Amino acid sequence: MEIKSLLNILPILIISLSILILILIEAFHKKSEIFIYWITILTLIFTTFLSLITIQDQSLNFHDTIESGGITNLFYSLLLIISSLAVISSKNYLNRMQYHHGEYYILVMSAILGMMLMASSRDLMLTFLALELMSLSFYVLAGYHRKVLFNNEASVKYFLLGAFASGFLLYGIALVYGAAQSTNIIYITREFDSLLNKPLFTLGLILLLIGFSFKVASVPFHMWVPDVYEGSPTVVTALMSTSGKIAAFSALIISLYGSTASQINYETVSKIIALLATASMLLGSIVALTQTSLKRMLAYSSIAHAGYMMIGVAAANKIGMAGIIFYLAVYGFMNIGAFILISMLETSMEKRLTLDDLSGIYKTYPWFSAVMALFMFALSGIPPFGGFFGKYYVFISAVKADMTWLAVIGVISSVIAAYFYLRVVIYMYFRREGENQNLYATAAENFIITVCVLFVIQLGITPGVFLNIITRFLP
Amino acid sequence: MNIEIVAFAILATIGIASAILLVLQKNPVYSALLLILHFMALAGLYLLLNAQFIAVLQILVYAGAIMVLFVFVIMLLNLQNEQALVDNFNIRKIVSFILGVVLFLQFAVFFLVKAKNDIDIKKSPDSIDAGSIQNIGEALFTTYLIPFEIASFLLLVAIIGSIFLAKRKIE
Amino acid sequence: MFNNLAENFYMIEQYIPLILAILVALLFSLFLLKASSLFGPQKPNVEKLTTYESGMEPIRTARERFSVKFYIIAMLFIIFDIEVVFLYPWAVNLKILEDKLGFFIIAEMFVFILILLVGYIYLLKKGALKWD
Repeated sequence: MEIKSLLNILPILIISLSILILILIEAFHKKSEIFIYWITILTLIFTTFLSLITIQDQSLNFHDTIESGGITNLFYSLLLIISSLAVISSKNYLNRMQYHHGEYYILVMSAILGMMLMASSRDLMLTFLALELMSLSFYVLAGYHRKVLFNNEASVKYFLLGAFASGFLLYGIALVYGAAQSTNIIYITREFDSLLNKPLFTLGLILLLIGFSFKVASVPFHMWVPDVYEGSPTVVTALMSTSGKIAAFSALIISLYGSTASQINYETVSKIIALLATASMLLGSIVALTQTSLKRMLAYSSIAHAGYMMIGVAAANKIGMAGIIFYLAVYGFMNIGAFILISMLETSMEKRLTLDDLSGIYKTYPWFSAVMALFMFALSGIPPFGGFFGKYYVFISAVKADMTWLAVIGVISSVIAAYFYLRVVIYMYFRREGENQNLYATAAENFIITVCVLFVIQLGITPGVFLNIITRFLP
Repeated sequence: MNIEIVAFAILATIGIASAILLVLQKNPVYSALLLILHFMALAGLYLLLNAQFIAVLQILVYAGAIMVLFVFVIMLLNLQNEQALVDNFNIRKIVSFILGVVLFLQFAVFFLVKAKNDIDIKKSPDSIDAGSIQNIGEALFTTYLIPFEIASFLLLVAIIGSIFLAKRKIE
Repeated sequence: MFNNLAENFYMIEQYIPLILAILVALLFSLFLLKASSLFGPQKPNVEKLTTYESGMEPIRTARERFSVKFYIIAMLFIIFDIEVVFLYPWAVNLKILEDKLGFFIIAEMFVFILILLVGYIYLLKKGALKWD
């Protein structure tokens, strides 16, 4: 029985084993970054295929603490594809930063292990440990270049606020355990309806939500986002803002979806989530208007996007959950693409980018500006691209759950947000050319950008294909 | 009035008093010592709830190991002028203080009134030994096997992260 | 309300030896602290009251800023301390659990220690314990 269970969680075992091997290589070999880089990528690709192959056989392992197959493997492959995009582009970024160490890949792999466990965990204890594993790796990665003051600032801020948020999460878990007498998520979702009658459980759930809201970067724990996203190395930001979000939302979806709660009992929780979603959307979109730093602007946009996704959690119906997963995938590709473009320009120009640095760049680098414009259109949710359908499904779910007002606020906020996304395009195309613009792109980065563009367009043209896959695996 | 209540009252008083004194100390080393006292009182409360293993951990890990870190941080920062930490009161602090008190009262009312009946973990035959080392060991190595192994990965990342960030010269 | 509270507590009688030991330790250390000042001769002068630095004049405060190296050692100590904490319930239950799970229980702890051993090798190779 145990051997079978071990085989079921093979993707996790492979990632764990590769972390150990990478550490040993790093310990015994000097200058082994390139070697470690290739092992990391190969492991990620291999694990992606493995989780796609085994997506059919769904099972619960190790006393219902960890699930494999089905929706879990879907999350695995999403996480792994998006993380590997960020990892592939890291090499050049770190080389240009002249701070390339094998530890980077070790920490990224640990973060990925944590994220995968968050998606597969069916026990709150494991969820918490996985979340901490991911966070701990990110705290270190945010301060990766310790000689750069901005990195240090990002790391310390992230760590202090993250520890605080973990406290909320743990308190929530304790109260949920007190009310349900179990930490098993499957048990809790089955008894959801009767448990919601207990105020203790509701409070625990709300604290849990607040704890998760830190990781998904939504209100009320959004204040770390701009500083950390801006201060961290851009490749780390790319990873943090996409995979980190996917992992946190996966845990949230799994904890809330599949529950048997009737709408009446769920209403209190739903209202609070709707409130958080509204606040995130409006705050993210409005504050982003005044930003001149590109990374900061994308950080606020990340808060707003977390808000849109929260709509699906508030609606808590099937289309909502599928919509969030769809949205997460699209958001992952477009955000990784945007951040990698920024990282290329940033390291080529050796400065922190503001909007002015983009002005008139289309004359010298037409492809760069075209792709950047595409990602901006996609992020603002303009139809032919995937971003539109992400928002569309989530808004539909709100309407279906009798929360039309939430969808209306979502649309309003999207309209506001379109201004600052389009401003980037205006700067690139309609401003006088800036000085000293140069850009070096390597084959790896070009490849990543191409993949992101293809996915964003593909998800925009044939959204039904991916949505069908998601709905098939939703419980 | 039985002996458990008396023990609880003593431990709770020590705990709260040491916590308050901790915050009021000017010298951070005294604060650290009071924190040890606070941990001891907490360990006593755990014993009272029959959670022996947690009580031992509290003393072993918190009062022992974590305190070493606290003292080292105090020495590392070398706070000569403790006055520097106390900056003047402003409206923001007052507001946050009031909000903190409100939150505390809310929680207190919640637990004493609203959620009073939810906490029904009474002395049942099952729960008497729930906190014993035997039971924790059994749960840890059967049901919580995966979390147990992941804990070691957490420690591993802690090792690598601390060396990577704090080591003077990276080799 | 207090009767309600007591229901959640457990027999305290079993801890009476522990409480006694703590009391004795407390009283004895307090006694030793006070005894020297009570019974010893006291003839203070200015030289005696200055900080003892092998006969040298103390130059500055004894509270020096520590090197961060101490902190790394302390962090590593805590990490391995927590590892030992996990060994404790394992060792206590080994007999019972071996009957139940067989060799698996040995393998579990073996994997756990192996993972941390990798970390240990890493820190040795990176010279984290070297005092340079």
